Amino acid sequence: MARRATGARKIVVTAIAWGVGLAIFFPILWTILTSFKTEAEAIASPPSFLAFEWTLENYVEVNSRSDYFLHFMNSVIISLGSTLLGLLIAIPAAWSMAFVPAKRTKDILMWMLSTKMLPPVGVLVPIYLMFRDFGLLDTRIGLIVVLTLINLPIIVWMLFTYFKEIPGEILEAARMDGASLWDEVVHVLTPMAVPGIASTLLLNIILAWNEAFWTLNLTAAKAAPLTAFIASYSSPEGLFYAKLSAASTLAIAPILILGWFSQKQLVRGLTFGAVK
Amino acid sequence: MTTFIRALLGATAISLAVSPALAEKLTIATVNNGDMIRMQKLTDDFAAKNPDIELEWVTLEENVLRQRVTTDIATKGGQYDVMTIGTYEAPIWAKQGWLVALDDLGADYDVDDLLPAIRGGLTVDGKLYAAPFYGESSMVMYRKDLMEKAGLTMPDAPTWDFIKEAAAAMTDKGNEVYGICLRGKAGWGENMAFLSAMANSYGARWFDMDWKPQFDSEAWKATLTDYLDLMNNYGPPGASSNGFNENLALFQTGKCGMWIDATVAASFVTNPNDSQVAEHVGFALAPDKGLGKRGNWLWAWNLAIPAGSQKTEAAKKFIAWATSKEYLELVASKEGWANVPPGTRTSLYENANYLEAAPFAKMTLDSINAADPQKPTVDEVPYVGVQFVAIPEFQGIGTAVGQQFSAALAGTVSAEQALQNAQQTTERTMRRAGYIK
Amino acid sequence: MATAHSRAAARVMISPAVILLLGWMIIPLSMTVYFSFLSYNLLMPGMEEFIGFGNYEYFLTDPAFMEALINTLLLVGGVLAITIVGGVGLALLLDQPMWGQGIVRVLVIAPFFVMPTVSALVWKNMFMNPVNGLFAHMAKALGLPPFDFLAHAPLMSIIVIVAWQWLPFATLILLTALQSLDKEQLEAAEMDGASALDRFRFIVLPHMSRAITVVILIQTIFLLSVFAEILVTTNGGPGYASTNITYLVYAQSLLQFDVGGGSAGGIVAVILANIVAIFLMRMIGKNLEA
Repeated sequence: MARRATGARKIVVTAIAWGVGLAIFFPILWTILTSFKTEAEAIASPPSFLAFEWTLENYVEVNSRSDYFLHFMNSVIISLGSTLLGLLIAIPAAWSMAFVPAKRTKDILMWMLSTKMLPPVGVLVPIYLMFRDFGLLDTRIGLIVVLTLINLPIIVWMLFTYFKEIPGEILEAARMDGASLWDEVVHVLTPMAVPGIASTLLLNIILAWNEAFWTLNLTAAKAAPLTAFIASYSSPEGLFYAKLSAASTLAIAPILILGWFSQKQLVRGLTFGAVK
Repeated sequence: MTTFIRALLGATAISLAVSPALAEKLTIATVNNGDMIRMQKLTDDFAAKNPDIELEWVTLEENVLRQRVTTDIATKGGQYDVMTIGTYEAPIWAKQGWLVALDDLGADYDVDDLLPAIRGGLTVDGKLYAAPFYGESSMVMYRKDLMEKAGLTMPDAPTWDFIKEAAAAMTDKGNEVYGICLRGKAGWGENMAFLSAMANSYGARWFDMDWKPQFDSEAWKATLTDYLDLMNNYGPPGASSNGFNENLALFQTGKCGMWIDATVAASFVTNPNDSQVAEHVGFALAPDKGLGKRGNWLWAWNLAIPAGSQKTEAAKKFIAWATSKEYLELVASKEGWANVPPGTRTSLYENANYLEAAPFAKMTLDSINAADPQKPTVDEVPYVGVQFVAIPEFQGIGTAVGQQFSAALAGTVSAEQALQNAQQTTERTMRRAGYIK
Repeated sequence: MATAHSRAAARVMISPAVILLLGWMIIPLSMTVYFSFLSYNLLMPGMEEFIGFGNYEYFLTDPAFMEALINTLLLVGGVLAITIVGGVGLALLLDQPMWGQGIVRVLVIAPFFVMPTVSALVWKNMFMNPVNGLFAHMAKALGLPPFDFLAHAPLMSIIVIVAWQWLPFATLILLTALQSLDKEQLEAAEMDGASALDRFRFIVLPHMSRAITVVILIQTIFLLSVFAEILVTTNGGPGYASTNITYLVYAQSLLQFDVGGGSAGGIVAVILANIVAIFLMRMIGKNLEA
């Protein structure tokens, strides 16, 4: 459909696209704007879009009440840790599925995906008891392990579909040249797979960052990430829209910025084998 | 990585004078209510008096908090040294042996100063198991200016009939003024707290002496019909998702003529910083139906120590500090007397400063004293609790029934159907739990 | 072509993932199965006893069960329909030449980065609230009575919120697929006089079918267990109007603290999810083989 665009057509398309884009983005924009209003202004009718007195009081209040930095660091460590650990386990698995397919490969893959369908609420008590016995409650390592396991199927799947697109002949050629398995992985496969790995990494950081069941239920004070931070602003007494907006902005800003800056990398590998 | 964060945390910690290496760390789980947030901000005072104890706060929204602490105490997870629990949990948990008895909170704690109604709900076999941080009942809060405009005067002890009349007179939907705001959001601690208390004044009860649910009774039918009638005609739109917070926001912005809810709300609605109607608010006892019981509840948020905690002594020190008379004075000196946590100590209601600063003090005390958890309604009942039934199954049942009544308010089921469903689901659970043989 | 050597190596490489996932699946699952046969309430310790299929019977005969099952399917189906139709539309739009394409794409994918809890809170309070929400303000400005979304269209409102979160994901995958389409083929078809609609139906859509099945597969996995959005906005109500299976399990296990009943519900949910999965795998399997 990439025919030569006439000027008029391009203007129309641009207008529509910007309109749709802004509409989709609007809830986030509105949250950010509201976070700079006073509580009274946040619910004023009719609402003011930009012409209000900008204030930082909500951010001051939120920071005096909670240790944002601690929650932020916990989120970073947990999402990064679980993603790296996940990749470490998944890369070899996906590699072997893609290049040494066995009869069962597909079944194993499907089974892995089906483990994701276990509803977390149903297994909270067993997991809680196990965590208690291993002393993992309210520890970052405990959460890293759980989030790794939850997201592992998606990581394996994503890498598998990506690796499969790498032509096997190249590996054959490398093997002919006497490359060892290690060489094969490090020097041939990895460079080709980098975009796929990068994209998987990003997607998983996002998923882990936003996971709100286990991170909330297995932590108390020390390891609580930003999801727990939000839970202390969700429905307090009195007017809370502006403070909630400030807390929400703080919770989503890091991942939003990361996502925006790396969207090219994210998109490149986010195909799940959908593109041939 | 960890040490790096610790170092940063240490650097940002407020109490730099304290050597963190020696300090004992207490993890305190609490609700994100205004009074608790204030307590969190006053931590410095405790730290100054107890340099060897460090406080670590976990502040959560009520439902999340309840889910967290219940899971933790029942599995003996040991995540918290001090827990904020309600009047509902306290007796159940104490009977399970899950809580540490608080019988030695220090010589100057003056445990006899605690309001008897509140203290009674936290005592099992003569021992106090949780210390009240603030207590509440429910009462009518109304707009004096709107009442005047409607040509009515609110009596100190109104009846439900008068409430309906006043709601009709005050409603002005064109100007977004709704005669009455009541809870509609489903939950045992949300709409069911209000409706159970209202039902008590109508002579209804949750269970008869054989634990048979009573939603098929005339009294419940009258309660629900009148509630729906009030809300559909004079209530705000979207009432079926309004809980305490939503109604508070509505009242503070001048959209409600009357609001029947927790007495703690009084200090919020009369605070000119938050409330646009601060100078117009009047108070009255919760309404009755002429049957000798008023529709007001009894609740307190309390601090308790889970059994098995390694830090019992430090935790007791903290609880004694947070629920002491001195704490009330501390809040008064920083934020004014009107903002002290109410409803726990007799001495507060004899304090001239408080009575002057808090026009709602007397009504709060009268409301608390008017509630009797041992005999909540007109007829005899096998349970304890005014707006709840102190059995472990109640959270689930109360919320399921609340869903039905919320649906009736939203108009998706009829009142009869809602009552019938409530009866069915309650009976099902009670049979399973072995109350009904 | 694979040698015995590399086959063995492959087995070694795959085993950590398999063993871990087996462990993750089997340990909690077997504990859950065990609990599901017990009368076990967290709040009443010491009363555990074996009750056979009692918990299953209790969960399956819950008056809310059928409604929850239907709601689950409606929720998954509704979100899939919106995200796929919307995603195809957005992909076609974003594939056009325009000014500021990069920025528009950034705007469109933003919702994907928002925590479910946050998006539910924002939608509920700042948009759908019938008194202070933005939609209510807009209705008032137009002279209409405000609509109470969460009371009168609870499931639809939740579908909209969840669809908003997943639309970017679908758009991204579909857009990548679209961009890999051979443009010459399209131009040739245009030369031959095929209308825009025909070109879309016979060239573009078949090309995207693989991408669409992938979107369905991945999203279904996440959508079957939607929970936070319901908890924050409607608590499953009014009545059971927005209760799905996951929420029903939650009510059993974390409101009642009925571990036995909750475990039985969890197992039922797993079985149902696997039935859906088998369907999906058949579909996807065929499509991915090609």
